[in-house]
Amino acid sequence: MSETLSFTIDGVAIEARPGQTILQAADDAGIYIPRLCAHKDLVPFGACRVCTVKVNGRPQAACTMPAAKGMVVENNTPELLEHRRRLIEMLFVEGNHYCMFCEKSGNCELQALAYRFGITAPRFPYLFPDRDVDASHPDVLIDRNRCILCARCVRASRDLDRKGVFQFVGRGARKKLWINAETELAGTNAAAEDRAVEVCPVGCLLKKRQGYATPIGRRLYDRRPIGSDIESRRPTPTT
Amino acid sequence: MPDKPRVATCSLAGCFGCHMSILDIDERILQLIELVEFDKSPIDDLKEFTGRCAVGLVEGGCCNEENVRVLQEFRKHCDVLVSVGECAICGGIPAMRNNIPLKECLDEAYLNGPTVHNPRRVYPNDPALPLVLDRVYPCHEVVKIDYHIQGCPPPADAIWQTLVALLNHRPVDLPYEVLKYD
Repeated sequence: MSETLSFTIDGVAIEARPGQTILQAADDAGIYIPRLCAHKDLVPFGACRVCTVKVNGRPQAACTMPAAKGMVVENNTPELLEHRRRLIEMLFVEGNHYCMFCEKSGNCELQALAYRFGITAPRFPYLFPDRDVDASHPDVLIDRNRCILCARCVRASRDLDRKGVFQFVGRGARKKLWINAETELAGTNAAAEDRAVEVCPVGCLLKKRQGYATPIGRRLYDRRPIGSDIESRRPTPTT
Repeated sequence: MPDKPRVATCSLAGCFGCHMSILDIDERILQLIELVEFDKSPIDDLKEFTGRCAVGLVEGGCCNEENVRVLQEFRKHCDVLVSVGECAICGGIPAMRNNIPLKECLDEAYLNGPTVHNPRRVYPNDPALPLVLDRVYPCHEVVKIDYHIQGCPPPADAIWQTLVALLNHRPVDLPYEVLKYD
C-alpha cells in the first residue's frame, strides 16, 4: 500500500490516503464534518462552507482542502459550530423553506442539519424572495424556492449523467439555477432517473408522483441525526 | 396554597392546528389543569387578560393590525412568551403571500378571483375590519419571543415538555425526535 498521511482532527490521529480531502479522510475515520454541497460521488466544489474547519488556525473548507501530513485540524469547536449554525440559519431565511408541505421533509439534508444543530428559529430576518417553480417536465419538478445553490445537480448532470442540464445564471443575490434550454426543463433531455435529481439535498429537484411515500417516523432523519452513519464507523477507543 | 401559574394562549394568523396539538396531549390535560390556570385563551374563551401570566403560547404570525395588538398585549402580560408552530416562527402558509404585492393579493381575493361576486368592485372596508399588513410577520420580528416550538403543528410532546420545563423553571431541552419542522 502507498504511504498514508498522518494528521489530527480535534486531537484525534487520522491517517489519510494521498489525494484525499480532509472531509474524505474524516468520513473514513468516523468523524462527521457537517456538509451540504459535498457529496461522495461528486467533485469537491466548496459552495456552502458548512464544512469549514480550521487548519493550523486558518479557516478552510474541509471538502476542498487536501489532507496533508502534520495538519492540525479543528472541527467541533464552539466557534466553528456557531459559524455552521449561522450558515444554516442564513440558508433558511434566504430561501422559502416551507417544510410543512415539502415532499423532501424528513429526508432533507438542510432540515436534518438544522435538527442536528437544534435550531428552533433563525436569528436573521426572513427575506421571502420571489422565486420560480418549473413544473413543465412530465417527471421532474424544479422548485427554486428551496434551492440552496449547492451545485450538486450541476456537477452530477455534467459529470455523472453526461447531460449538462443544469447551470447557474446571475450573480450574488440574483444567482439562480437554470437549465440548458430557452425557458423550461421540458425542453431539456433531463430524466427522472438522472443522478442530478437524486443528489439534490433539499426539495428543489423532485421526482414527480413520489411524494410522502414514507410515513412520518420512518424517514431518513426522523430518529437519528444526519451524520450518525459516519459517526458509527468510528472505532471504539481501546484503553 | 399559592395561586397556580397562569397560562394564556392565542391564535393569530394560524389555523388552530397548534391549539389542536395542545389538546393532543391526551389525558395529560388533566395534569395540566391541576398545574395551571388558563387566562385569556380560546380554550376557556376568556377575551381579556385577568392577571399576570407565567407563560403565553402564541400560534400564528401577524398578518393584520389586530394580530400585532394582541401579540403586544401578550408580551405585556406574560413573563415568558413562546412562539408555537411554523406560522408564529416564520409566517407559515399565510406568508406565501409575502412575495406578492398586497394590491395583487387583494385584487385576486376580492375582484378578479374565478369565484368572486363583487358587482360594486370594492374591497371589504367596514371600519370594524382590522387592516391587513403589507406582509405577514413572524412573531419574533414584532416583539421579543423567548422560546420557539417548531412544527406544523408541533408534536403534543414538544408542547407538553416545553410547558412543564418552563413551569418548573428548568431549561427547555427537547429530545432529537421531538424537534420537527413539519
